[in-house]
Amino acid sequence: MPEPLLEVRDLRVHFPTEDGLVKAVDGVSFSLQPGETLGVVGESGSGKSVTFLTVMGLVTSDQAVIEGEVIFEGQDLLKLPKDEMRNIRGSKMSMVFQDPMTSLHPFYKVGYQIAEAILTHQSVGKKEAHEQSVEMLGRVGIPKPRERANQYPHEFSGGMRQRAMIAMALSLNPDMLIADEPTTALDVTVQAQILDLIDRLREEFNASVVIITHDLGVVAEHCDNIQVMYAGKIVEFGDRRDIYYGSHHPYTWGLLGSISRLDSASKERLQPIKGLPPSLIFVPPGCAFHPRCPYVFDRCRAEIPRLLPTDGHHASACHLTLSDKERIFNEEVMVRR
Amino acid sequence: MGQYIVRRLLWVAFVLLLIVVITFLIFFVMPPTDPAVIFAGKQPTPELIAEVKRQFGLDRALPVQIVLFVKRVFLGDQYGWPGLGLSFNTRSALKPIILSRLLVTIQLALGAALVWVLLGIPIGILSALKPRSIFDRLAMGFALVGVSAPVFFLGPLFLYIFWFRFGLGGLGSGYYSIGQYGLGTWFTHFIGPWTVLALLYAAFYARMTRANLIETMAQDYIRTARAKGLSERRVVLKHGLRASLTPLVTMFGLDLGGLLGGAFITETVFNLKGIGAYAIKAVFSGDLYAIVDVTLIAGFFITFANLVVDIVYAFLDPRVRYS
Repeated sequence: MPEPLLEVRDLRVHFPTEDGLVKAVDGVSFSLQPGETLGVVGESGSGKSVTFLTVMGLVTSDQAVIEGEVIFEGQDLLKLPKDEMRNIRGSKMSMVFQDPMTSLHPFYKVGYQIAEAILTHQSVGKKEAHEQSVEMLGRVGIPKPRERANQYPHEFSGGMRQRAMIAMALSLNPDMLIADEPTTALDVTVQAQILDLIDRLREEFNASVVIITHDLGVVAEHCDNIQVMYAGKIVEFGDRRDIYYGSHHPYTWGLLGSISRLDSASKERLQPIKGLPPSLIFVPPGCAFHPRCPYVFDRCRAEIPRLLPTDGHHASACHLTLSDKERIFNEEVMVRR
Repeated sequence: MGQYIVRRLLWVAFVLLLIVVITFLIFFVMPPTDPAVIFAGKQPTPELIAEVKRQFGLDRALPVQIVLFVKRVFLGDQYGWPGLGLSFNTRSALKPIILSRLLVTIQLALGAALVWVLLGIPIGILSALKPRSIFDRLAMGFALVGVSAPVFFLGPLFLYIFWFRFGLGGLGSGYYSIGQYGLGTWFTHFIGPWTVLALLYAAFYARMTRANLIETMAQDYIRTARAKGLSERRVVLKHGLRASLTPLVTMFGLDLGGLLGGAFITETVFNLKGIGAYAIKAVFSGDLYAIVDVTLIAGFFITFANLVVDIVYAFLDPRVRYS
């Protein structure tokens, strides 16, 4: 088993606020191999974004209490001085955000913004950096890249802006690309294009990719492994087959059940997960999902379930027995789908 | 862009014409200080008044007077170009008076503008970068004082402390031109007026800069800039400040434009013969042409500043250019 590219060990990120301590990330451990695509799925407030913002060093100990280890290419990033972290951020690992309209600076040309990233990490001339940014725009599939590089973000369409953001993120050939809800702000038709683009570029650039999303449908085709998060913890981890054809957590079942299908009878109502996401200040005792779980029993209210492997690397954090999980999945979840 | 500028200039001309008309109207509708009476001197006889009226065209209908005035402004009158007429009080040409007064006001306004920009904006930036810190609280406290304390309070206070108590004669009131008294004297006598006038604006600018920068730093593109690995200094200055400055530039243009029309309280307190003080004098003595001239000049500066500010804004914010 080769060295993982990224290994996160028991990461906790707690934000002190006037209302109390917000436990955004509360004991998250996982690893990412070189060349792997990891999908991270969860609702708003599940901790999925904060986990990776912390990995990138965009959430710092000035704002939150951070514990645990984030080991990237052998170094614990949490212990790195800020200057060294800045060298890694943007060049060895980079991030693409949800809304490309607000994520690009409105007053600077797109080519300039990409070149700025290049100039920060490489000692090349301005002309050279500009040439590279034009080339990157071409590689992400933007037609007439030279003209486009001289335009402002508001002159681009939504899909093109996201492509430009991806170009900026990949311009320094990072080992890891984190895409935080890359398609949420885009039209459905454009979503597929962007995800295909990410696939293609992952191979071309030989990078590991993390796709953070609330949409299980998005990760289906594009991710090797999937990690489901809830209330700051990982509740299930597995590969594509595990999650879609044999998942072992009531929350995952709820997510699967709430996907609308083209072939479903139009009278069939969507099955949302009942209840609301929990407060991260007053997290429910025991299993955080228990107030919303249709299969809850006493142990769930008292004891926090640990993320335990059920077979191979497929793991879930639920007190139900394996046979119960399999039965429920086959009888109830599969049927609904 | 050229078309736009031409249209705007025509609009400026129209607004100025309107200002002239309204000023004339106000003058003649308000309780009259008949300029002819003023000009005629002590205890004028009715014949003398009528004669003066005839000479100055004051017996003509109001619209005719206005047209004549406008014509003289553009084409000049017997005193030169632009035709600013003459003062009924001093019976001499207005143009040299107004120009010299304007010169003083321009020095006052530009100096104060420099002070308030150099003082207000950096304070605002530092406050925004460390919100709710001791520095921030002190700075905003200072801003509160600056915004609340009027010039007619701060001015005399300044003079009392520095000129009277500390006996620093160089900081007294009055205008001392560079040509006649040298750079040193000129400068020390402007420190007071510049500081006192700038304090109000510096306070505003500090608060605005702070608010704008705090809001800007919360934007998504700042997160992107940090994600690229840029130094925090670059993130704040090139990404944060650049976006927060645009409304400040607008404000600056308008503030300066307004100030060039006269800062009469400051000018009065510090005995500077600027155009603001002159405006007050003209109004109280009912000096028709002086009043219209001064109003016209103030109007010109403000409308022109509006135009310049709009053009500059388009340079700063590319999103505005295509509308």
